[in-house]
Amino acid sequence: MTTQTARSSQTALASRDQLTENEVVLTVTGLDVDIRTPKGVLRAVNNVSFEARAGRTLALLGESGCGKSMTAKAVAGLLDPVADVTGGTVVLNGTDLAALTPKQRLKYAGPELGIVFQDALTALNPVYTVGTQLGEAFRIHQGLSKKAARVKAIELMGHVGIPQPETRVDSFPHQFSGGMRQRILIAMAVALNPRLLIADEPTTALDVTVQAQIMKLLRDLRTESHMAVVLITHDLALVAEEADTVAVMYAGNVVETGPVREVFGSPKHPYTRGLLDSVPADVGRGADLNSIAGSPPELHRIPEGCVYQSRCPLVQDVCRAIRPALEPEGDGNRTVACHFALTTDSKELDNV
Amino acid sequence: MLTFLRRRIVSSALPLLVVILGVFALARLTGNPASLYLPLNATEQMRADFTEKNGLDDPIWVQMADYFGGVLRLDFGESLRTGESAAAMALRAFPATLQLAGTTMLLAVVLAVIVGSWAALKPNGLADRISSFISMAAASVPDFWLAIMGIWVFAITLGWVPTSGVGGLSAWVLPILTLLLRPFGVLVQIVRGAMVSSLSEPYIKLARSKGASEYRVVTRHALRNAAAPALTVAGDLAVGLVNGAVVVESIFGWPGIGKLMIDSILQRDFAVLQAAVLLTAISIFILNILIDLGYAGLDARVRPAGKRSKAPKAVVPAAAVAVEPKERNAHV
Repeated sequence: MTTQTARSSQTALASRDQLTENEVVLTVTGLDVDIRTPKGVLRAVNNVSFEARAGRTLALLGESGCGKSMTAKAVAGLLDPVADVTGGTVVLNGTDLAALTPKQRLKYAGPELGIVFQDALTALNPVYTVGTQLGEAFRIHQGLSKKAARVKAIELMGHVGIPQPETRVDSFPHQFSGGMRQRILIAMAVALNPRLLIADEPTTALDVTVQAQIMKLLRDLRTESHMAVVLITHDLALVAEEADTVAVMYAGNVVETGPVREVFGSPKHPYTRGLLDSVPADVGRGADLNSIAGSPPELHRIPEGCVYQSRCPLVQDVCRAIRPALEPEGDGNRTVACHFALTTDSKELDNV
Repeated sequence: MLTFLRRRIVSSALPLLVVILGVFALARLTGNPASLYLPLNATEQMRADFTEKNGLDDPIWVQMADYFGGVLRLDFGESLRTGESAAAMALRAFPATLQLAGTTMLLAVVLAVIVGSWAALKPNGLADRISSFISMAAASVPDFWLAIMGIWVFAITLGWVPTSGVGGLSAWVLPILTLLLRPFGVLVQIVRGAMVSSLSEPYIKLARSKGASEYRVVTRHALRNAAAPALTVAGDLAVGLVNGAVVVESIFGWPGIGKLMIDSILQRDFAVLQAAVLLTAISIFILNILIDLGYAGLDARVRPAGKRSKAPKAVVPAAAVAVEPKERNAHV
C-alpha cells in the first residue's frame, strides 16, 4: 500500500525526462527592464546576465529596490503593465522566452518555469480552496477533470509536508499557518515539475525555524527533480547556506558573480565587500556595527559611470566617467564590474 | 445557518415595528379620509358617521393598538375605497414589482459586470474612458425625466412601444430601460474599481504563473474577488427598486406595489398603505439576508462561525492519514 501511494506520488512530480546535473537551464543575457512613470522612463534592470544550472541554486543578492525581483518577474513574464523588457534575451532550455507571444508563453508557465512568491497570504486567492488552486495547473496544462486535479492536489500537499492533505485540501488559505501557506505556494510552483524554479524571497515573511524548514523543502525538491533554482534574497546567510553561485546586484546592475564560496571568501567588488563587512560577527557589546555609508541612488538619479561611485571608498575619476563592464576575473568562473577589482590580499578597504 | 437566520429575524423585528409605527402616524397627518370619500355636500352627521364607522375618531394610540391586534391575527384591515382586504391588494400588486425589479437588476448586473471588467483591463485606456463617460451619464440622469423622454420619443413620436400598461413584451421595454440606467451606471463604476484593485493583487500574478489565460484570470480569479463590493451596492440598488419604483410605476401605469402606495396615499387609504409598506419592508429584510448569504457563498472568510470549513473530516479513512507521513519520508 505504501509503495503504491509512493509510486503514484512520484509520477506526480517526476514525469518528464530528467535533467542532467549542472546542465545550463536558463541563460539571461543583457536583460534590460524599463518602467514607465509619469516622470519618464526609468531603467530598473540594466544589462543583467546570469546562468542557472540544473540541480544548482543561483542566488540573486541585493538590497531592496536593486532590481532583483524585477529581474525575476521579467524572466517569469510577470512584469506589471508599466514595466517592459526592452533588451536582452532570456533563454530557457533552448527557447528564447522574450521572442514568444504572450499566448505561447502561457504554455511555459508551469511546466517549464515555476515561481514561488514572497507573501503567501496575499499570493493565494482568498476565495478558493487550496485544493482548487493547486489543481488549477493540472486543469490548465493537462486538461484534468476537477476530480483528478483534486487527487493531484492531495498528492502534492502530502509531498510538500502538509499533514492530513485529504482533509486540508478543501480548506481556504486563511485557515493555514504562514509556513503551511508557503509550502502550498511551493507545491503550486513545482506542480508540473518545472525545469526552473524562481523563489522570490520565499522566506522573508516567515520566522527563522519555519524558514529553515522551507529552505530544506526547496533543497529536497531540487535534489529530487534536478531543477535549477534561482533564489532572490537580501539575506547573506541564506545565500551562504543555500546557493551554489551568486550574482550580486546593485541599482539594477549585476556587479559581481561567481561561486558563493569564492565570492564570499574573497569579494572582488567593493560593494560585495561592504555587504559582507556589514554582517555583525565577532562584534563586542557596545561596538559600532559596520555599514556602507549612504544609500543606493534612486532610479532617476543613477549616475554616468559606475553605479556604486557615490558610496565606494575606492572611487576615482575613471569611475565617474566610464561604467565598468562585467569582466571575467581570476580563474574564469567569476566576473566583476569594477575598475579596481579587489584582490585576495588587497588591503585597500581594511581601514575604511 | 439556523442560528444566523434566527438572529437576523430577531434583530429585524424592531426596525419593522418602527417602520409600521412611522407610516401609521405619518399617514394620519394627511388628514381625514372622510372628505375624500363623501360627496362635497355631505352633512356633518354623514362625516361623523363615516369617521366613527372606520374607527378614525378614536385616539391615535387606540387606533394603533387595534391595528397591531389585527396584525397579530394576520388581519391587515380593509381598503376604504374598495372594501377589499388590504393584504390581498398588496400581495396582488407585488409580483408585478418583483418581475420589473428582478429583470432590471439581472440586466443591470450582467451588463455592468461585462462593461466594468472590460474597462478595468486597461485602466485609463480608451475602453475605460468610454465606459466611465457612459456610466457617469447613466447614473446621473433622473428617472422621471428619462421616463417622460422615453414616452415622448419611443411611444409617441416613433410609436414603437405603448405609452403605459402591461400588455405584451413591448410594454416592458420603457419601464425597464428607465429603471436600468441608474443601477447600471453605478454598478459599472463599482465593478470597474473592484476589478482594477483585484487585478493588481498578488494572487493574479500567481494565477498567471500557472499559465492561466487572460480570460481565466479575469473571470475566475479577479471577478469573484471583486464580487463582494458589487453585491453590496447591487443589494442597495435592488432595495431601491423593490420599494422605490414608485415614480416609474406611476408614470407607466405599472400595477405594482409602488403605484399601489401612491394611489393609497392620494386616497388616504391607510390600511392598504400600511400593508404595502409592511410587505416591502419584509421583502427588503429578506433581500438583506440573501445578500449576506451571497457574501458567505463568495468568500469563505465571511462565513458565519462554526461553518468555516466544509472539510469532510468524518469521512477520511484513518488508514490514509496514517500512511501519509511515511509516504512523505519516502520522497524527502
